[in-house]
Order: sequence, then C-alpha cells, then structure tokens
Amino acid sequence: RYRGLPVPNIRQYHGDRVAAVGTQPDTQTQEYMENYERMKSLVDELKDRSEKIQLGGGERARKLHISRGKLLPRERIDRLLDPGSPFLEFSQFAGYELYGKEEVPAGGIISGIGRVSGVECVIVANDATVKGGTYYPVTVKKHLRAQEIAHQNHLPCIYLVDSGGANLPRQAEVFPDREHFGRIFFNQARLSSDGIAQIAVVMGSCTAGGAYVPAMADESIIVRKQGTIFLGGPPLVKAATGETVSAEDLGGADLHCRKSGVTDHYALDDSHALHLARKAVRNLNYTKNIQVTTEPPEAPLYSADELYGIVGANLKRNFDVREVIARIVDGSRFDEFKAFYGDTVVTGFSRIFGYPVGIIGNNGVLFSESAKKATHFIELCCQRNIPLIFLQNITGFMVGREYEAGGIAKDGAKMVTAVACANVPKITVIIGGSYGAGNYGMCGRAYSPRFLYMWPNSRISVMGGEQAATVLATITKDQRAREGKEFTAEQEAAMKDPIIKRFEEEGSPYFSSARLWDDGIIDPADTRLVLGMSLSAALNAPTQKTHFGVFRM
Amino acid sequence: GSLRFASVGQGRIEKVLIANRGEIACRVMRTAKKMGVRSVAVYSEADRHSMHVAMADEAYNIGPAASQQSYLSMEKVLDVAKRSGSHAVHPGYGFLSENTEFAEACKQEGIIFIGPPSSAIRDMGIKSTSKYIMSAAGVPIIEGYHGEDQSNEKLQAEAARIGYPVMIKAVRGGGGKGMRIAHTAEDFHEQLESARREARKSFNDDVMLVEKFVEDPRHVEVQVFGDQHGNAVYLFERDCSVQRRHQKIIEEAPGPGISEEVRQKLGEAAVRAAKAVNYVGAGTVEFIMDAQHNFYFMEMNTRLQVEHPVSEMITGTDLVEWQLRVAAGERLPLMQDEIELMGHSFEARIYAEDPKNDFLPGAGPLLHLSTPQADEFTRIETGVRQGDEVSAHYDPMIAKLVVWGEDRSAALKKLRYCLRQYNIVGLNTNIDFLLNLSGHPEFEAGNVTTSFIPQHYEALFPKPSPPSRATLCQAALGLLLQERAGTQVFRDQSNDPFSPFGSSNGRRVNILHKRNLVLQLGETNLDVNVTYNPDGTYSMEIESEVFQVSGEMETEGQASFLHCSVNGVKTRPKLVILHNSVHIFSMEGSVDVSVPVPKFLAGVSTGTQGGAVAPMTGTIEKVLVKVGDTVQIGDALMVMNAMKMEHTIRAPKAGVIKKVFFKEGSQANRHVALVEFEEEVAEEQQH
Repeated sequence: RYRGLPVPNIRQYHGDRVAAVGTQPDTQTQEYMENYERMKSLVDELKDRSEKIQLGGGERARKLHISRGKLLPRERIDRLLDPGSPFLEFSQFAGYELYGKEEVPAGGIISGIGRVSGVECVIVANDATVKGGTYYPVTVKKHLRAQEIAHQNHLPCIYLVDSGGANLPRQAEVFPDREHFGRIFFNQARLSSDGIAQIAVVMGSCTAGGAYVPAMADESIIVRKQGTIFLGGPPLVKAATGETVSAEDLGGADLHCRKSGVTDHYALDDSHALHLARKAVRNLNYTKNIQVTTEPPEAPLYSADELYGIVGANLKRNFDVREVIARIVDGSRFDEFKAFYGDTVVTGFSRIFGYPVGIIGNNGVLFSESAKKATHFIELCCQRNIPLIFLQNITGFMVGREYEAGGIAKDGAKMVTAVACANVPKITVIIGGSYGAGNYGMCGRAYSPRFLYMWPNSRISVMGGEQAATVLATITKDQRAREGKEFTAEQEAAMKDPIIKRFEEEGSPYFSSARLWDDGIIDPADTRLVLGMSLSAALNAPTQKTHFGVFRM
Repeated sequence: GSLRFASVGQGRIEKVLIANRGEIACRVMRTAKKMGVRSVAVYSEADRHSMHVAMADEAYNIGPAASQQSYLSMEKVLDVAKRSGSHAVHPGYGFLSENTEFAEACKQEGIIFIGPPSSAIRDMGIKSTSKYIMSAAGVPIIEGYHGEDQSNEKLQAEAARIGYPVMIKAVRGGGGKGMRIAHTAEDFHEQLESARREARKSFNDDVMLVEKFVEDPRHVEVQVFGDQHGNAVYLFERDCSVQRRHQKIIEEAPGPGISEEVRQKLGEAAVRAAKAVNYVGAGTVEFIMDAQHNFYFMEMNTRLQVEHPVSEMITGTDLVEWQLRVAAGERLPLMQDEIELMGHSFEARIYAEDPKNDFLPGAGPLLHLSTPQADEFTRIETGVRQGDEVSAHYDPMIAKLVVWGEDRSAALKKLRYCLRQYNIVGLNTNIDFLLNLSGHPEFEAGNVTTSFIPQHYEALFPKPSPPSRATLCQAALGLLLQERAGTQVFRDQSNDPFSPFGSSNGRRVNILHKRNLVLQLGETNLDVNVTYNPDGTYSMEIESEVFQVSGEMETEGQASFLHCSVNGVKTRPKLVILHNSVHIFSMEGSVDVSVPVPKFLAGVSTGTQGGAVAPMTGTIEKVLVKVGDTVQIGDALMVMNAMKMEHTIRAPKAGVIKKVFFKEGSQANRHVALVEFEEEVAEEQQH
C-alpha cells in the first residue's frame, strides 16, 4: 500500500476549528510573567546540566579516547544514525549525584531511539570516557531499561560496545541479582527469539561477561586494533596460566573475524564499523507496519513556550490541563469525551504528528466520577487501538468520609485495573505533582508505560512533603498526648523541617531520573516532539489485544 | 508545403538528408520542420542516442564512430540518401561540406547538394587558385607566394621577398591545420617541415603557400548568398578575431568599430568574389583587416559557417531556409537593398575543453546541463542534452550561445548574463573563460584582434580565489538539504509518512545536535561545524566564524536552486549535487566543493602507482616503450591522438616498465593508466 504523499484529509470539514481547545494567555499578567520566569530558569538549568553531561567523562579521558583514533560515543551515535535523524535520548540524568563524589555522567552509557537506514532502532553506547565504560548499578539498570524499551516496542538493538565490564568495587550490586548484569544477555537471547535484531559493534574492550554482548548478538562487527573480546583479559590469563599475550592477539579483530568466528564483520575504524552497522540494519528486511490511521500533522495553534507561563513552577497554582493539550496536539484539536462529567479528569481524542491518541489529563484531585470516566475512556482506547497519553498532575484520590463511603477505593481500583491491563501504547508525562495512588491511576512507572517523562517543575513522592510532615507530626503529637507529654510548636517545626526538606529533595525529577524512575526530564516546549517520537517508536510493536481484569462494581 | 519552382532545373525538396551531426544537424532540422520538409539523419555507432537522431523524422546508421567510416563516407551517405528517397543533402559544416567529389556524386545521383556548384568549391578550396581569381576580380589580396615550385629554397626565397614574419600554410588547409608562422629566416625551415607534416596527415597534400603575416590582425568575414539566377547579396560582416589554437571562440556581427563606408566596401568586395565564381548558396568571404581597416582577401568558405547565427540575428533571416529555397531553384528571398542591419549579435562557443591547460579538448558525460531560457533574442544551438556524452570522436563543441541586443553593449551584457546561466557539470568547459573574455575592458571596447588571448593572458586567466565562507555555507546547506530530500523520499514512500523520526531536524533531547561536515576544496579539507537549531535553521562555524544559515531547495525544470539566507543575506544560486561533489553557480561565478570519500571507501588503490595516465579519451597512436624498458623521467612513452590533436605521454618518473596496458590503435579512456612501473627496488628495501 502506497501512502506516500499526504492526501487532503477527507475527514476534515469547516467545523473542525470549533474543536480546537486553548486560549491565548495574557502574557502581561504578573502571574504569567512570574511563572514564565521560574519555568524558564528550570529549563535553562536542565539544558546547562544536559550540556555538561553530554561531554561524558573528564577532558583528559576524552582526549585520551580521541588520541586512540576512537570517536566519542555521541559522535558514534550521530554517525550511526541516518544523517539528520532526531535522536530520542533516554535518562541523561541516570546516576546524577547518585554515587557521592563519583560522577557517572549519563550513567556511563547512552541510550535512545533514532533511525538507522530508515529503521527505528534502540541504540546503546558505552561511554569509555566515564570510568572506562564500566557498569555501575545504574549503568546496568539503564542498559536493561533500553532492552525493555526495545522489547515493548519491537525495536532492533544496536550495541556500541566499549566497556571494561562490571565495576569491580560494586560487583555485589551489579552481578548477582535477577535485574543485574546477567540479565543483559538473557534479554539479548529473548529479544532475538522474539525476532528483534541484536547487532553489536565492538569498538573497544568487551571483557569477561561483556564478551557475551557481541557473542550473543545476531550479527557483530569489530574494529581492528581497537575492539577486543575475551572472557579473560591478558592480566587474568597471565595469572591463571602464566601465558603472556597481547590484547590484540588474545581477542582482536583478526582473531575473531578469521579464526574464532565470534565476530562477522571486520572494520578498519569507527566510521567503517558504523557504516557496516548501517548496512546490517538495511539487511534486516524490516518493515514498520503501523496499525493506526494517520493524518497529515499540523502544528498546534499556540506557541509551546507559553507552557512556561501557564504552568510555572509552583505546584500549588492550578492551571487547566486543556491549555497544555492545546500546545501539544495537532492543530490544537481535542475532541473531548464526557466534558461535563467527572471534570477533574480531562479525557479526549487528538492527534500528535498525525498519530491518533487518547489523552487523560488531571484538572484536580480524582473523585469517583473522574475515576469511572477515565476507566471508560481507557476502555474506548483499548477497543479502538488508540495509544494513551497520561498528563500527570495529581495529588491523589479524594479522601474523607463521604468519599470513602462513596466507594472511592473501588472506583480508583477500576481506573488502576484499566491502566494496568491496557495493552495499547501508554506514554506518561509528569507535568506537575505525582503523588500517592494518583501516580498509579495515572500510569506511573509501576504500570509499565512504554515511556515516562518528567517536566523539570514536577515532583514525585508518595505524598507532598508538607502533608507527610503533618501526618508524622500528628501521629507524634497523638502519641505524646497519650503519654501525657507536651509537643511544642518548636518541637513540631524541628520535626517537620527535615521531613519537608527530604521530600523536597527526593521528589525532584533529578532524583527520580538519577534512579531511572523515568526515561528523562524534558523541556515542556519539547513535549510534542518527544511524544511524537515516542509514539512513532511505540507503533513498531504489533497491536496487542487488551483483556481487562475484574472491575469491582 | 514543399518547394516547387519550375524556373531552373532543380526540383522540389520535400525530404532532406542532413549529412552531419551535433548542433548543426539539429539546426538544419529545425528549419526543415518549420518549412514542412521531412528530415533524415545519419548517425554513427557513437551517436546512436544523440539528439539529432531523436529529432529527425528518420535516422540511419552509417557505421562506426570514426568519422572516416561514417560521416565522411560518401558512399554510405549517398546510399542512405537514395534509400530514404531524400531529394537533397544538407552537408552542414565540416565533414563533406566542402568536398567537390561528394557534391559531384550527389549531382550524378540526381540529388540536390545544398551548397555551391562543385566548381566553386574546388576553386575556393585551393588557396592559390582562389587568390588568383580574387585578384583578377579586383578583390584586395595579401602579398604571397602561391607557386608550384615547392622546393625549400624557393619557398624560403619567396618568404624573404615578402618579408618576415610570414605565414606558411597548406594550400588545401583549413581550420588552422597545416599552418605555421615563421618570424625569422632561421626558424623558417623548421616551421615549414612542421606544417608539411601536419598537412600530409590531415589532407594528404603538403603543397604550401607563403604569405605576408599581418601582425595582430582582425579576422573579419562577410556572409554572402547567391542564387541560381545570378544574384548575390551580402549580409554584412562578422568579426571572429578572438581565437585560440587558431579556432574561433567568440564571434559577433556587425564588426565593432567598422564604419558604414568600410562595411559597404567589404560587402561589395565579398559579392564581387562570389560572383567571380558564380557562387550559389551560403558562403563566407574571409578577410584579414589591419589596424587601419585595410582588408585583404584570405579565403572563401563554401559552406554555412558555424557562426552564421549572428548574421541571421542582425538581419532577421533564416539562412538555412535560404539555402533550401535557393537549392530548390528559388530566387534570393531578399535583394541587397532589402537587407537591413539591426542591432548587434554575439555568439559564444561553449566547448568541452580546459582553458587552463592550453584549451586541451575534453570529452565526457554532461552530468548536469542547464541553460538560460531560449527566446527570440537568445538562441541555444546545441546537439546535446543532459546525460549525453561529449564524444572524443568528434568536435568537442557543446553549444553555441547566440544573443541579440539593440547595440553592442546591450548584446554583450546579455551574453554575459546568459553565460552565467549556462551551467555544466561533468567535464571542463570554457564557460568561465568566456566570461572573463567577454568581460575584459578591451573586449568591451571592441579592441579585438587575433592576438587578443595571448595579449591579455594575465587578465583572462586570473588566479583562482578560494570561495567565500558564505559560499561554503551554501554548499554545506545544499548537502544538508539533499540529505533531507533523500529522507523525505524514503519517508513519503514508507508506511509511516509523518513520523518525526523522518524529519531530518537533527533534534536531540535538551541538547543541540552538532555535526562536523568536512568539505574538500581542491587539496585542502575544511571543517564546517554545523549546529541544528530547533527552529530548523543551522549555525555553521567555519574557522571560528559563525554564520546563521537557512534555506530551501527549489526545482525549476532540470535545475535546482538554493533559496538560502546566510547571516540574513538572501541569494538564489543554482545548485548541482552529484555523488560527493557540490557545484554552485551564481552570478558571481561557479564554485566546486566536494565531500571527501571516507577512508574505508577510498581504500581501493587507483592502481596507477605513479604510472602515466591518459590525459583524455583518445586513440593510442604509438607505443614507444615495451615491458622491461628503463626510462628516465620525461621520456616519451606513448603518443595519443585525441580530439584531432597529438599528445605525447611522458614518464612521470624514472623506472622500469612493468606493464604496458595499451597497444597501438586501441582506445584509452581519460585518466586510465597507460603503463605500470616496477616497484623500485630501493623503495622495497626501505620497507
């Protein structure tokens, strides 16, 4: 079927404009300007930090790397990708301030999705300028997450290997458990068995366990006088058998391409290797068959950077999520579903880069009606094979006697069941607060959205810092009261402050991203593009039918 | 309609065979079509897919590429004429156009030869005879010796009588062949021998004449036309002074700075000359003119000249139509007092040649060809299209660009404007040279002589200046847009046409995509650091200067234009990207940049190992070395004959010949290795 040129959309009619949401904000109000200022500074901070992380290891490590004739990992990715292809990078802040004084920029590994020979691929590249490319616990986690993304979205994997293997001082956190180093190879085998191509390019060392990355790959490429693969390196060999051998003779390109057959293609240098990898992808005979309708995309009617002024950085300030939707979707067109029912959750259909989406956004705390409405909407999307986008800004489900009596738990459970079982692509963006069961109902990390992103203003924790501090203070106060002791205002403040501070710190998107609780912090203005790329990637996977569990009625 | 005239013997012409190729064949066919005359083409193997074949109503193969066996073969051409039922043969120029035997043979077969009677061709073809006739008819001629005594002594004595410098010229010669100049008695002998050798080879006749050589003369020629009723007219003069290798390169009509009085004298002398030989059809009487506008008869060309369009442009005539009418027995369409001179016209000949390398003729594919828009005042006379090959077998002329203007400066402006839009990629051309030439102040002033090129050499061959950084930005932008277009095609053909992954916007999360683009300028590589901005523009850094660049590609006909903005300055150069090279053509000139081939792709050795290579496509005439020979640097290895010129290929280094790849008579392509040297022993020991 040839669907090349965008055909005039026969479904459009003059009344379509009416369906547009969003309003032109008054950019001169105090609130708008303040919001804009705050969010802008958060975005600038995000970009500054990303800019620094992009450099990888220190200047010395980079210079050494380059002096060996090697390309830096990001250059490798750039040359592997189709020229000019966008690259959806994940978790730039993995390992951010995670290991005290040890800096592990991007977790020592770069992962993302980009097009190679026209095929969307997951690319995983070790950064040898960061601690020799060794695997920290977060490196393992990021590698596994990339494979999970590949699995869920059915994307070929290309591993640009240049790693010293497990980080020995941290072997206990890297080696033994289920979700540790060994899982990488387990995944390679399982991905391959699911028909997801595994291509390895050996551009540096692949020692011990690392040797299995190219060995487990469907097709592997090695760079001469640069790439080495061996189960035990020269020092280990010397220790074990007394044999003295050079790394190149022990596991270089000549050995593996001519004798052992561990690698299949012989590259003269990095550029050559990447060229061969591109050819390998070309020979996958891979076709992307998207099973949704598409329409020619149209830019939103409103400028994306207005999101700064609308949303701001103060989570206590309310904003209408429709204004966010208006700055993300095609032509700002949003066909709202059940607009007058359960209005603290906004549901409706739109398109992003021509792909159909069902959007669920929060406009306040979740009530029973809101949860039932969202459940209904998720059922619709699953029935129609429409990807779901969750725009999370949620303090949680409503509490109080009236609501408990109204069965909020059971209605919340309906929504959680629907979210958990929905097999259409789910993509979550945390655009504000993400607290408590609201996080579950709105497809938090535990609900396996295909992708989860955070805005720099967002916060994630079981509840707000203030609330948590108040809860703890109240419990203490009650306890003291029972013991007949006094609990002074000073004592209460002294107790609450560190809790608030801690929640503030741990609720930060950087804290989350450092631990891979999300797939990255993004500029709100890039949300449309990031969602577009995520949808495009997600639609590589064949449609799966959804079977919902029991809805408690 | 056909042409039918009862008056003089000859009959009707409803079908004409054009015994030629290239632009002139196309030119004749255009008029034939206009007049409703069917056209028949002949073609050699090499021309199977040529434009003139495609244009003709019928086309016949007449043999292999070599013109001796095709276009010059009288039997084959006549055979086609008979088979196709052609009523007439138009010989064009060159080939059989001035061949008396052929004209005679046509007559025998009852086929009209579109040209003068064979007697006129014969008389004018032999220079000594033509001068004698002209002198008798009162046409001024130049001092010379046209005698039968061809002994060295006699010729040298005559030269001394005429006074040096003298010109030694083959009697049957033409086109600069078999012609030499002796400046002193000392070099007379050497030049004489050289002229004889060339004449023998070219015309199989080495009879020489000696003439006074007019220093820095102008070459002025008059277009004449005669009919079978004894009428003859002139269509004013053309100046063809500017020449290289004794071949014309740029022509104009009327001659600049020539007074009405001289013009009339020239015309009348030319008509006298034509009448003296009962001339019929189109002819050209060539004069040389000195600084005082004295002119002397040189020769008469009994054919339609290459540069005839400039005369057409200033008189509003179609000389091919005249030829057909006159050949059919009609009277001249216009009498002398009806022929009016209007405006000024230039013709620039666009050649496949390398002006920087002594105008070495070239051959090869026209990978890209875009021309200015043809209109009433702009003619593009060509026989090739984009994708065609300029064959090494024939004349390397690609096209004639003919323009007309109200006066000389208007026409010249137009010429230069059009030349800039004449863009060719694939082989070297003289277009840039023509631009330098036509822009020279002396040329603008009309101070043209046959020594124009050597006199103004410095100005005509300016040192190439490196392209500006802004131009490099354009080249880089062109490459980026080309990538984008490629991605677009893929994306449009895919099942997923709107994916942002197919957008080539280079977007990254939270960071900007920076990319190092290496451009190659001749031998040097230059880094362009490109940053993809989120708004779709690019920041390009060249040698730490940053440019803001944006643009779109626009296709118009066969050409692509780059609408671009570099630091806010908007331009629209023509852009051609082929393989890894970028060619930018703008009103400021042309720039070629390439992208270096990655090492891993360039790994294949050229195999020449410093051996000698063919400078151009041609035939190996002589092999002077054999395997095992020891040669010194500069020793002649082979002699090639290409583009009607001899080239000696010399050893680029001393050494022992390991292999000789060609034997005498075989064809060698441009840049192929001709011999291979043994690896030097000393070199090997060093390893």
